[in-house]
Amino acid sequence: MRTKDGHLTVLVALIIVLMTAGAIVSGGNYLSLFNLQSMAGQVPEIGLLAIGVMLAMSVGNGGIELSGIALANLSGVAAATLVSSHLSASADPGMFSLFFILVALAVGVLGGLLNGLLIAYLKITAILCTLGTQMFFIGLAVVLSDGRSVRVGAPGPLYEIGNGYLLEIPISFLLFIAVACAIGFVLRYTPFGLWLMLNGSNPKASEYAGFPQNKVIIATYTVSGVLSSLAGIIIAARTINVKWDYGTSYLLVAILIAVMAGVRPEGGYGRVVCVVLSAIALQMMSSMLNFMGLSNFVRDFAWGALLLGFLAIGRFRLTDFFSPQARPVTTSVQSPQARKP
Amino acid sequence: MSSAGTSHSDKAIQAQRSGGLGELIAKRPEFVTLFLLVAICLGVTIANPAFLQASTLIDIGRASVVTGLFALGVFVVLAAGGIDVSFTAIAALTMYSITLLVQNFAPDLSIIAVFAIAVAGGVFLGVVNGYLVYSLRVPSLIVTIGTQYLFRGGLLAFIGTTWIMELPGEMGTFGRISLLEVEAVNGALISLPLYFLILPAVAVLTWWIMRRTLMGRAIFSLGGNPEVTARLGYNVKIVHLFVFGYAGALAGLAGIVHITANRLANPFDLVGTEIAVIAAVVLGGARITGGTGSVIGTMLGVLLVVVVDNVLVMVGIPSTWQRVFVGAFILLAAAFFVTRQRKFKPAK
Repeated sequence: MRTKDGHLTVLVALIIVLMTAGAIVSGGNYLSLFNLQSMAGQVPEIGLLAIGVMLAMSVGNGGIELSGIALANLSGVAAATLVSSHLSASADPGMFSLFFILVALAVGVLGGLLNGLLIAYLKITAILCTLGTQMFFIGLAVVLSDGRSVRVGAPGPLYEIGNGYLLEIPISFLLFIAVACAIGFVLRYTPFGLWLMLNGSNPKASEYAGFPQNKVIIATYTVSGVLSSLAGIIIAARTINVKWDYGTSYLLVAILIAVMAGVRPEGGYGRVVCVVLSAIALQMMSSMLNFMGLSNFVRDFAWGALLLGFLAIGRFRLTDFFSPQARPVTTSVQSPQARKP
Repeated sequence: MSSAGTSHSDKAIQAQRSGGLGELIAKRPEFVTLFLLVAICLGVTIANPAFLQASTLIDIGRASVVTGLFALGVFVVLAAGGIDVSFTAIAALTMYSITLLVQNFAPDLSIIAVFAIAVAGGVFLGVVNGYLVYSLRVPSLIVTIGTQYLFRGGLLAFIGTTWIMELPGEMGTFGRISLLEVEAVNGALISLPLYFLILPAVAVLTWWIMRRTLMGRAIFSLGGNPEVTARLGYNVKIVHLFVFGYAGALAGLAGIVHITANRLANPFDLVGTEIAVIAAVVLGGARITGGTGSVIGTMLGVLLVVVVDNVLVMVGIPSTWQRVFVGAFILLAAAFFVTRQRKFKPAK
């Protein structure tokens, strides 16, 4: 079922090229421990959102998740306002952190569940539904925070998640890798993962095969919501303040990472390891543009060009030429599919 | 398809005879939009009688021109089964670069020529969209998110980031030409500007294309079933290029209207309003999966969004709650339309 495509090879090669190029451009600073740590600390929030986008795309039915960063901000804002009105971050850092994380995760579950229920039972198209919930989540965050940024403070355990190191590796990065491994395991070795991917490759067939289609869709969007709230927790821990409009460009970047990782936008295929690598590669490119002293607008331009470039690579299957083992010719023939613009 | 009140009620009676209200809503979802619009206007008038006066109506008319032009473009793309989120970036890019060009090289250029150049620029960028969507064969949402960043990043990175406060020549004066003027209660003179006429003109043109030409049939057909459309012998590539090119043209037009109305060219403007525009088109009864929709519905949807935007404050809803309401409104309306359409879909 899982044909190897060349994306893994290409991404690894890309990361090596970027490391070399970065080292040359910056005269070695790029590969310093400090810069590597700072890059690793920035990957998790966007990487988690990208895995959420990948899951929504893979489940098919025109699946996409546009409410990710809005839900991440909402969980941060909701947890900050709710918990800090009952507990003090400085007096009781342990309890504060625990309840902050619990409330944020609960918001993520509820938000994801809302998306899933609307898409599965009311049959609202995923694009429209997540556009609506995106605005709804942003609106709730604005109402809760009155449009201002909310101070979380730096209670010990929470601060450690965002800024601490274990064996010189940022804890948030380790958390991200652990979550990615868990999702990868579920996708590969559980019936849920199989249902999710098969539902994406052929919804009609999976309906006739008797899969619990609605439950799979709801579970997928709920997991995606939980990933968003994890990203929200890491954002809150890293930045000490939370605000409803944090990271507005993440919407595109998360989709870009998923497409770069070879996730099929029409559903049915995607690998978590590729998403992780592609998030790392993108962060490295972003840091490199910083090192070269280019503005954010050039970065936006580059992201747009990169997204279209990788779509072209996916379309013309250029990565197959870099695949480690030669593939039989028959599998490279595209199955006839209804094409929609 | 005419908007006259009498023909509406005639059709309503006919539809009720043949299958009841549900079928009517399924066939002509814009009635729901009309009903919502009237209900909201009535409610607001009861809550705050200041709503129902000529100056408010003119304000709403003026505010709906840019959104309306965008919405007509989005409607055509949606009807063909696609979606476009790059139109605001196209508008920003064309309006700002044309203002720069006119300012530096041809300050005396007539406003007609400016509009022509803007439309040409918009068509070019739109055709780029259409070509990419056709040749890459991925959902147009993803392609147009990419081109949105490409166009807007290109504008801000390579063309300019400063506001142009003094518009050159006729671009500066065009926005001030008024069609009619009304004195508001507080004595201020409210005028309906000449550029308002562009919206009804473009609406009629869009209606003509969608309902009276072969291209219109091809667009609805592509949105309904792309495979069958190709087998019928339509050139799917040309249809793609046309719908995105048309949306681009309207975006270019809307960009120039936007700056002449505001009398300043701000490259950071417009991008970010896509969701409201798409919501307007969907609230007008166009299905986001394509193949349906009408110009009248789109216009009603635009009015609905503009009215909701303007009256929330008037009825005492604080502005912080605005997004919650609009978001919930989109979801409720979408759910309502979907359940209606499913329930009363004729058997295939």
